[in-house]
Amino acid sequence: MTMQLAGTDILARTRSVIDEHRALEGPLLPILHGLQEEFGYVPAETLPIIAEALNISRAEVHGVVTFYHDYRNHPAGRHVLKLCRAEACQSMGGNAIAAQISQALGIGFHETAKDGSVTLEPIYCLGLCACAPSAMLDGEPIGRLDADKIDEIVQEVRS
Amino acid sequence: MNAMPEFKTLIEEIDYGTPASPSEKLVTLNIDGRDVTVPEGTSIMRAAMDAGVEIPKLCATDMLDSFGSCRVCLVEIEGRGGLPASCTTPVADGIVVKTQTERLDKVRRGVMELYVSDHPKAWNPDAGLAGTEFDKVAAMVGVTENRYGTDGRNHVEPGVAPGNGSLNIDYIARDESNPYFTYDASQCIVCSRCVRACEEVQGTFALTVSGRGFESRISAGMSENFIDSECVSCGACVQACPTDALREKSVLEMGRPEHSVVTTCAYCGVGCSFKAEMKGEELVRMVPYREGKANRGHSCVKGRFAYGYSTHKDRILNPMIREKITDPWREVSWEEAFAYTANEFRRLQYQYGRTAVGGITSSRCTNEETYLVQKLIRQGFLNNNVDTCARVCHSPTGYGLGQTYGTSAGTQDFDSVEETDVVMIIGANPTDGHPVFASRLKKRLRKGAKLIVLDPRRTDIVRSAHVEAQHHLPLKPGTNVAVITSLAHVIVTEGLFDEKFIRERCDWAEFQDWASFVALPENSPEVVGQLAGVDPEEIRGAARLYATGGNGAIYYGLGVTEHSQGSTTVMAIANLAMATGNIGRKGVGVNPLRGQNNVQGACDMGSFPHELPGYRHISGDATREIYETLWGVKLDNEPGLRIPNMLDAAVEGTFKGIYIQGEDILQSDPDTKHVAAGLAAMECVVVHDLFLNETANYAHVFLPGSTFLEKDGTFTNAERRINRVRKVMAPKNGLGDWEVTQKLAQAMGLAWNYSHPSEIMDEIAATTPSFAKVSYDYLDEVGSVQWPCNEKAPLGTPVMHIDGFVRGKGKFIRTEYVATDEKSGPRFPLLLTTGRILSHYNVGAQTRRTDNVVWHPEDRLEIHPHDAENRGIRNEDWVRVQSRAGETTLRALITDRVSPGVVYTTFHHPTTQANVITTDFSDWATNCPEYKVTAVQVAPSNGPSDWQIEYDEQARQSRRIRPALEAAE
Repeated sequence: MTMQLAGTDILARTRSVIDEHRALEGPLLPILHGLQEEFGYVPAETLPIIAEALNISRAEVHGVVTFYHDYRNHPAGRHVLKLCRAEACQSMGGNAIAAQISQALGIGFHETAKDGSVTLEPIYCLGLCACAPSAMLDGEPIGRLDADKIDEIVQEVRS
Repeated sequence: MNAMPEFKTLIEEIDYGTPASPSEKLVTLNIDGRDVTVPEGTSIMRAAMDAGVEIPKLCATDMLDSFGSCRVCLVEIEGRGGLPASCTTPVADGIVVKTQTERLDKVRRGVMELYVSDHPKAWNPDAGLAGTEFDKVAAMVGVTENRYGTDGRNHVEPGVAPGNGSLNIDYIARDESNPYFTYDASQCIVCSRCVRACEEVQGTFALTVSGRGFESRISAGMSENFIDSECVSCGACVQACPTDALREKSVLEMGRPEHSVVTTCAYCGVGCSFKAEMKGEELVRMVPYREGKANRGHSCVKGRFAYGYSTHKDRILNPMIREKITDPWREVSWEEAFAYTANEFRRLQYQYGRTAVGGITSSRCTNEETYLVQKLIRQGFLNNNVDTCARVCHSPTGYGLGQTYGTSAGTQDFDSVEETDVVMIIGANPTDGHPVFASRLKKRLRKGAKLIVLDPRRTDIVRSAHVEAQHHLPLKPGTNVAVITSLAHVIVTEGLFDEKFIRERCDWAEFQDWASFVALPENSPEVVGQLAGVDPEEIRGAARLYATGGNGAIYYGLGVTEHSQGSTTVMAIANLAMATGNIGRKGVGVNPLRGQNNVQGACDMGSFPHELPGYRHISGDATREIYETLWGVKLDNEPGLRIPNMLDAAVEGTFKGIYIQGEDILQSDPDTKHVAAGLAAMECVVVHDLFLNETANYAHVFLPGSTFLEKDGTFTNAERRINRVRKVMAPKNGLGDWEVTQKLAQAMGLAWNYSHPSEIMDEIAATTPSFAKVSYDYLDEVGSVQWPCNEKAPLGTPVMHIDGFVRGKGKFIRTEYVATDEKSGPRFPLLLTTGRILSHYNVGAQTRRTDNVVWHPEDRLEIHPHDAENRGIRNEDWVRVQSRAGETTLRALITDRVSPGVVYTTFHHPTTQANVITTDFSDWATNCPEYKVTAVQVAPSNGPSDWQIEYDEQARQSRRIRPALEAAE
């Protein structure tokens, strides 16, 4: 693998995110969150810059980034729909819901619609078991999913 | 008496699973019915192994802290619930542990079965005989079935992509990018021993586990190939791997070794112990030996992997002669070579006088071989014209420490660093030059020790993963004395010196004289900072930290010695340690990092023209008498010629013949043109080496040398440790180097009759007080010792000057800064300094003939972006480097590691000819050349200089060999 060096724009924005958080104890996760917020994902070329700034190896940064599913290595769609796939939701018809959503959006898990409108991701427990099956759209929790709510969601992401 | 037949076995070191506990408090527990007493804090796993009970384990090894992930080492403890992991559970007084029960068996088998179900299809339960640790544990646990099948996503054939259209999305191709080992993810059980070895042992942090759950994979860098990652190829991960996921290519090619011999690495002055693992007479691999007291089971890319030069096609195996250096070489028999050489030396002495010949001993050869070469010169040539390559590296150490402390060596063992609180590194680049020591140092730094670095360059130790110097003083080359004296200024004027220590151990009046000198305003950081280009506050901070931070230890290298004031700098360092009381106990001291494997030994063995073995001056009648009686000759009581003097005398026509064992003076000594002129003026140059080195271009006799694998002997490392070198194969050239020197001596009429190097060591021990108790039998018994080793110190001396300095009172010496005559000016505005890189060793004769060239195929000139831009130089451009002495060309590497005004290069490749530009300035006391400062100009260039082209042609011509004629029918 040949490493792409960060362009000046990415470099400057990354540095400013790092500077914002580096004084914290355990600054790596906050920096990664900050970068994801800044770029919508954590660009691979920012990893060596973080490593250099925190004086750790780029392997270590890579290990952390790849451990957490929430850190993306490429941009997501404009909307992100996280559908709970854990036990409680499955027992409340989550599999059928998942199939309907997938069909309605025309994409599978970990995929982004061709028009860039939405990314569909599985998530393992939103803590909304009492309102299963549940999902989260752009950070907003949605409980008791059914056909109507799926329609609403599709409307929302397509608008 | 018939000797017992000697059975060769593969040495298997006991792996206790977790590191030893340093606690002095003892705890007694019961394991499987046996009472075991161990230090508090020991793991149950280790305690069991102590009692001879091996608990199966996969993720544990005693090189690493316990981790507790594999769940194979479970035990039962009476009165406690569950099955705790024995690696992470510490012992407690009175507990009763069971390591074998039906329940444990069942659980362990279940765990192993899961591992097996995730392992390549090729794995089978009988594979225990094949020998990976994984196989052995599977056999131990008794895995007989695999209820989970072999269809898992991770379950792929080793190294083979799944066929039959069944694409396995988790398949990862085997990483063959490193020349010495492979990474095959399909074999991996993600025990993370490799990751932890890279972090805890090596300190590089090049490995990680990427992903999570079933997607967990060992990743070099950011899922890069090993070769593109931060990996430095030290081999610690390969050694730690319990499967074949990380494995030496040589083992995969040649199969597993069947016997092994413990020996000592022949690269740098750390002197690592290795097991040479063999298959018959073939070396399969070198594995660091945990019992080795210098390296404690660690290694670097050179010692671990770069031994291929010993069988390289360039190696010369037959003696050769030629009358003129313009002739091609003629292969001859050993007898003819010895007779010819002996005749020539005798003729030259007859014709030009007794002192017209001399010799150079090698810091790469054994103590015994070095001793013989100086003996040949003193007893056979009847003069003292013997010198050694240490002349060009650490002779100022010998002089400086001899003057101040009374002994010419480092004061500590390497273990001492574990108790150091403040480390000061001066003119040394340990991560490249002494990597195994650097790893031990970094481990200590990660645990909180502070670091001060004095170096013109921002070396890796200044800042790299998890290590950062508190103070980096990027001083201008040539200003060492000023800066170190300035540190002393701060210590004295701020009252940070250790008065009690000084009054007890040194001469108070001398101290006061010295103190009044260093306190002069011209030695203040504010003045010195200006001339050295260092922030005065950094100097003050560094001095305060060193003086008050606890145990302070100084480690220094050639950046100290290879200056016109090299000896003065060594004395300034010695002063600093005395003034702060940092001498004579663990964790402190003054420690030269020796460049070559046996620099210390070569110096010890009387290689200098003024000294007999054990640093006893040749003018001492009593010492001379010991050897005169033994050798039956009258020794010259005047010192002989040093290397530069020999070359000068040759040019003048009074020095005509030289025997050079294992040193390439043409490439490694300064001012190449002068060396070439000296050699060309001699009538008999005898080169004894593995390869036709650069010096051999001017030789008349070439005696093929043997490698460290092919002979018995001892090397003495930077901590004065005498380590055994053991023969693992017959010399490919037919004779060990000691035998070559002996036969040459015999041809000259000397009655030498050593049948084994141990007899040479016996002679050394009998004549040298500091070696009195050293013998091969004793070394076999105790492993290694640090001299002095005699009646007073039978186990050797890990720390010197404990109750008093060897010379009596420690001596403070004024260290006036005298700027070198080699100054930058309008014509030569930049200062060139030189150094090394991890993958290569010295002039590269060995490492260039191994796969290490993938890391460093050529020498580059490091130049600061500002200096480069001024000159219109872009990265990788060819540049001409010009000094008062000469010029050469190489390619530029633009980096801010060097300060503006400073350029840097390595000297590992002969085509670079860095020493064409270095000058003949040298240390005032010892003639150690000033390699580290040369005023130069740098300009863009089109390619090699005229000298380089001319030189290449001459070298090509002089390497022609005409094979011996077949005998006529």
